Amino acid sequence: MELWFSEKHTPHVKLSIQVDRQLYSGESDYQRIDVFESHEFGRLLVLDGYLMLTEKDEFIYHEMLVHVPMAVHPMVKKVLVIGAGDGGIVRELTRYDTIEQIDMVEIDKEVVDVCRQFLPFTASKFDDPRVQIHFQDGLKYVRHFEDAYDLIIVDSTDPFGPGEGLFTREFYGNCYKALHTDGIMVNQHESPFYPVDAVAMQRAHKRIVESFAISRVYQAHIPTYPSGHWLFGFASNCFHPIYDLKAKEWKKREIKTRYYNTNLHRGAFALPNYVQQLLEDVEHVDLV
Amino acid sequence: MYRLDQNQIPIVTALQAVHDQRLVPFDVPGHKHGKGNRALTELLGERCLRLDVNSMKPLDNLCHPVSVIRDAEALAADAFGAATAFFMVNGTTSAVQAMILTACKKNDEIILPRNVHRSVINALVLNGAIPIYVNPQIDSRLGISLGMSVADVERTIESHPNAKAVLINNPTYYGVCSNLPAIVQLAHRRGMQVLVDEAHGTHLSFGDNLPISAMAADADMAAVSMHKSGGSLTQSSLLLCGPRINASYVRQIINLTQTTSGSYLLMASLDLSRKVLAKNGREIFEKVVNMAEYARSEINEIGDYYAYGRERLNGDTIFDFDSTKLAVNTLKLGLAGIEVYNLLRDEYDIQIEFGDLGNFLAYLSMGDRIQDLERLVSALSEIRRRYKRAEADLLSYEYISPNVVRSPQEAFYANKIQVPLEDSADRVCSEFVMSYPPGIPILAPGEQITDEIIRYILYSKEKGCSLTGTEDIDVNKVNVLVE
Repeated sequence: MELWFSEKHTPHVKLSIQVDRQLYSGESDYQRIDVFESHEFGRLLVLDGYLMLTEKDEFIYHEMLVHVPMAVHPMVKKVLVIGAGDGGIVRELTRYDTIEQIDMVEIDKEVVDVCRQFLPFTASKFDDPRVQIHFQDGLKYVRHFEDAYDLIIVDSTDPFGPGEGLFTREFYGNCYKALHTDGIMVNQHESPFYPVDAVAMQRAHKRIVESFAISRVYQAHIPTYPSGHWLFGFASNCFHPIYDLKAKEWKKREIKTRYYNTNLHRGAFALPNYVQQLLEDVEHVDLV
Repeated sequence: MYRLDQNQIPIVTALQAVHDQRLVPFDVPGHKHGKGNRALTELLGERCLRLDVNSMKPLDNLCHPVSVIRDAEALAADAFGAATAFFMVNGTTSAVQAMILTACKKNDEIILPRNVHRSVINALVLNGAIPIYVNPQIDSRLGISLGMSVADVERTIESHPNAKAVLINNPTYYGVCSNLPAIVQLAHRRGMQVLVDEAHGTHLSFGDNLPISAMAADADMAAVSMHKSGGSLTQSSLLLCGPRINASYVRQIINLTQTTSGSYLLMASLDLSRKVLAKNGREIFEKVVNMAEYARSEINEIGDYYAYGRERLNGDTIFDFDSTKLAVNTLKLGLAGIEVYNLLRDEYDIQIEFGDLGNFLAYLSMGDRIQDLERLVSALSEIRRRYKRAEADLLSYEYISPNVVRSPQEAFYANKIQVPLEDSADRVCSEFVMSYPPGIPILAPGEQITDEIIRYILYSKEKGCSLTGTEDIDVNKVNVLVE
């Protein structure tokens, strides 16, 4: 018997992972949720047929969204996390003892419940006393805050589906408003490789550039995501992700990571020419 | 509560049967189930093209319905509480025109509010009737025209006792309702028919806490835009008639201008949508009202915006309010409604229904989702943060009472010359000047141009309203009657 999970990365390309068994399948108010056990990648979380994370490579994604801004901002105390129902972002954040408050806003409570049950490797820190989970629309939550957070991490699904509102100008503008003047926003930024993803990536970049003074894109290699080449956004009105990198201070924290290090931090912002071109095509202003 | 079985969808059922029969088509349309136009089939889908067929024996004929279309119209009449109903395939415009052409002829008077749709005045150009305008009251805080006051209608009826009909715009685009039952009573006492432009009120027949519908208020005819809140395809509409109306005469009137190749896609969408409304309408519109109320409270919380609702009721010109409408006043923000409309579109990828000088309208329907409302509310909050201005430089909306010196028909067909707009004061206009949205005429054929009107046109232009109706596309010149 062979059981395979397949995801179409384009209408003509697909990634298939052989699975051992299905651990969970359910339909929430917002989406279909599936969890599989696989031989090569461990457990898989799948929403509406799209692979969200695998046990084997989730560390790359979560480390890159958390440690990059944390190594730039000198003193993050209050963090807002949008999405991230699997708990991976919260897990990485709780490793910083200087962080005082983590507000996580996830629209779909069932994702959190399912992850608590089946993905203990990411959903391990929801009960940390600093963590407060709000089950509501991220766009709505963030609208009500002004000058309130040091760091906002946007861990959204793709821009087609429940995550749609998190790729909009109104959302990025509201994040700008919710941040302190020296705040940082990082976001899941899609992939530059396949045309449909690239268009979504460009739209997101355009919207962020319009909202923040500094907006840079960085990359990582994530084997199970379409094309394997994935981007993240770094936006701030104060900090530059490389010039303001505090490598020594970060190393002093002695946080053990498997993917991230401060040399890689600098390198991650060095983008291939075709990606730079895609980004420049939608930038109206010359950036630093 | 319905006389007929509202589960039936006779046109859809017949259309599906024809589709399954795999007939060899030696009739029109010439695309022959899409095989003759692959590009179009790719665009619209094979199923759509296979259903795009012409009238034939099992499918009845819209011009003279005797089977499935007749049955579907009877079901629609039953669902809307009307004596008869007509499927219209040329928009609610054609339904409005059919009402007017039925109720009056050349030189007959018809009483109507100025804020009627252009299709009404176009109908007067067709049949030569004379408009007697009732000045709709203005809400000066909001800068919108309201319903007709019962006293104004009564006075107009007294001074024009020979008028054949009263036309009412109910609800207005903004959701404002007049005292329909009282106006119907007044008109009927004088033997006048009551025609209701109910384009924005399809749902009124299917909600528990919604204003009274035209048919329930005993009006004689109503034009209902099924494609707005009813969920059918664009351009499909219904004409409803009460028991006093001679339906065969109405059919003759409709056939004067209606296509003889009525689209089955449109008719099937009317048939199916009527079923959905009859079966689930109450539930659907309760949900829409709840979404609208939620959006109203969130928008009002942002500050400066005013999303108005039932608190505006005044017992007369705002006798009732259609709570599914999400109309928002923007004057305190220092931005015109049309500016917010443009910002939402250009900066936030949100398309709303219209913006005028002081308001915009977001159209809510059965197809909306709460997360899309969150986007709208968030974008409005951002627009306030980024673009708020001092309130001062906005001119408030003024109702300019028209001076009708020639009948619309006379003026339309008279000899005319084109003059620059700025030099047109005191001349008689021979064409429309529309500000669109919201589609209410500033000038109609036969009306005198004044300095005030010229200033208002220039201002609307400057604010980005789309001005249409004149032969000169840019509305720098207007056609006036040769003196």
